[in-house]
Amino acid sequence: MSLLHILSLARKEFLALMRDKRSRIIIIVPPIVQLFIFGFAATYDLDDVPVAVYNADSGGASRELLARIEGSPHFSILHRIDSDAGVAPLIDDRQVLLVIRFDPRFSADLQRGDPAPLQVIIDGRNSNTAMTALNYLREVVLDFNRQWQREHGLTGPPVKLEMRAWYNENLQSRWFIVPGIIGSLILVVTLLVTALSVAREREQGTFDQLLVTPLRPTELLVGKAIPGIVIGLLEASLIIVLMVWFFEVPLRGSIPALYLGILLFLVSTVGVGLMISSIAVTQQQAILGAFLFIVPAVILSGFTTPIANMPEVVQWLTYLNPLRYFLVIVRGVTLEGDGFALLLPQFWPMVLIGAVTLAMAGWLFRHRMY
Amino acid sequence: MNDRLRRLLGMIRKESLQILRDPSSISIAFVMPVVLLLLFGYGVSLDAKRIPLGIVIEQPDTASQSLAGAFDRSEFFHPQRFDAIQGAQQALAERRIDGILWLRNDFSSRLFSGNEAPIGVFVNGVDSNQANITKGYIQGTWLAWLQHFAAAQGRDLDLPVDMLQRVWFNPALNSRLFLVPGLIAIIMTMIGSLLTAMVVAREWERGTMEALMVTPLYMGEMLAGKLIPYFALGMGGMLVSVAMALFLFDVPLLSPFWLLMACSALFMLVSLAIGLLISIVTRNQFLAGQVALVVSFLPSFLLSGFLFDIHSMPEWVQTITYLVPARYFVAILQTLFLAGPVWPVVLPNAGAMLLMLVILTLLVAKKSYKRLD
Repeated sequence: MSLLHILSLARKEFLALMRDKRSRIIIIVPPIVQLFIFGFAATYDLDDVPVAVYNADSGGASRELLARIEGSPHFSILHRIDSDAGVAPLIDDRQVLLVIRFDPRFSADLQRGDPAPLQVIIDGRNSNTAMTALNYLREVVLDFNRQWQREHGLTGPPVKLEMRAWYNENLQSRWFIVPGIIGSLILVVTLLVTALSVAREREQGTFDQLLVTPLRPTELLVGKAIPGIVIGLLEASLIIVLMVWFFEVPLRGSIPALYLGILLFLVSTVGVGLMISSIAVTQQQAILGAFLFIVPAVILSGFTTPIANMPEVVQWLTYLNPLRYFLVIVRGVTLEGDGFALLLPQFWPMVLIGAVTLAMAGWLFRHRMY
Repeated sequence: MNDRLRRLLGMIRKESLQILRDPSSISIAFVMPVVLLLLFGYGVSLDAKRIPLGIVIEQPDTASQSLAGAFDRSEFFHPQRFDAIQGAQQALAERRIDGILWLRNDFSSRLFSGNEAPIGVFVNGVDSNQANITKGYIQGTWLAWLQHFAAAQGRDLDLPVDMLQRVWFNPALNSRLFLVPGLIAIIMTMIGSLLTAMVVAREWERGTMEALMVTPLYMGEMLAGKLIPYFALGMGGMLVSVAMALFLFDVPLLSPFWLLMACSALFMLVSLAIGLLISIVTRNQFLAGQVALVVSFLPSFLLSGFLFDIHSMPEWVQTITYLVPARYFVAILQTLFLAGPVWPVVLPNAGAMLLMLVILTLLVAKKSYKRLD
């Protein structure tokens, strides 16, 4: 292996990527822009859920509970209705997510010490939003109950729950999603850079010329891999700085462990990209292959929905996905304060994926000719 | 007129032959939706089941066993017992369990002496959404046990305000019912823009564009001739996806089928037009493929309201979501499948897609001309 060979091929690859202004832009600008937009957009937390109230009760208790609901940042009461007929149009047309209905006897029941029913009708079209909103509302009602019991000398339930969340103490979605965006963006960029690199030369016929140069297949492989890894490392660093400074996600664990994770992740995705590229005959096939890898890799990585909820067979498939391991590493280092020891089980599968895909790509360079 | 039709048909025929001879377009249109919908329909779920939960019982007795038993019987939990909190905390740090329920050694004595007996609950908050769901399930199991316990003691558990919830359209809160229609929108966005992103760029790159230019074909005819076969292909993929949603994932369709297909056709046209515009502007397959990937997948996944509630995003991000066609289609699909033909939802969203289509067509017309640069 000659260093000079590798470096001159890497130089040529960089030039091919960066010479064209438009392709420079497509590699650099979208990840940064997307980090900002998605970082703000992707949250499961709900603010100002639109609510309608149907209050048939004239007592003070319902007004007190309503004031609490209105005081919560999660809800804003937009409509007041005075009949059951008003409920359906508001929910059907998505003007409100939920309707709260007080019985005429609500305050009277409460004063008498009978359970006072509070009816909630909610739009379940997005079941996760519905469940989150119901959880917020339940917290408000539990708080109200506790205060009512204290003020009226009633005994509360004999057991109480003291809940605490570890690592993400205020349960902010953003702390969970933003580290995940890093992984997805790096994956997209490295695959874009590598997946077309061989296919383009094949389609233009210059790959045959590369094969007759004194470059050995290993040198060819390393030279083709370098641009993806270098660009990935630079972008990852930039995105991490933005994540910590701008989105205020903590960085509690070992930074060397994080960088080892990034490097191994890049090696494995570059390997996948080069393998796709050397299987493809045309650029269209390479782009299709990249798509077919990126989309499942992002969706089945635990980025937005947990792997534990997937059926067993799909869970096995996720073991082939480098993003799966990388996400555990980023979240482990940022939120949980992990070091090398706890992350070891995430490192070696990426090494394995990288080794297998790179070896495949190198073999295909010479054995797939048209 | 007759000539024009003949030219158009000729172009359609050429494009169709090209599709048939390169299997990659057909696999984009038919294999991709089937594979992706199978994977995601089963794989993407927000319904937590069998959450690994550590239960620490410092002093086993009837009361603590009965509370732990309630968690054992729940389908939402997969409990593991620990004698001491240290072991459970170690397991939580190693991600072997997602939460801890901690019954201290004075639990029973405080429970029966009328003092409030506290239970410590720790959840791994990294995935805040799952943590919230876990908290909700723990609360629910706890409340049910309390009622059971009070009844066994011959008392009523008096809650001052009793919240009764009714969930419309999806009473079981099954996340698959809204995720599958949303996934159809995302998969179709990608397929639509991928199908056409390469087709004009390819002609430029291979030099066949010049050959097309010297034919009597008008630019509009050429574009229509390219669009029509891909539209048929895309709608075929759409039909397959809808059939899978209905028969495989048991998503109910509460609206007339023609309405669903009409909205889908509109959306498919918008996606194809985006791909075509990318193709015309870039004139380069490498770039066209990259742009199509960047503008279609992640934006439609994260900004369409498919997973994340648009209403809760900051104002400026909400403004950006108006540019994402999947936003309108997701709203239409979730309503058409689960709620029925609600015109106040369908019409504005369909209108927005129509507007996008008009603007895109004008842009395509402006950017495409028979000239060599």
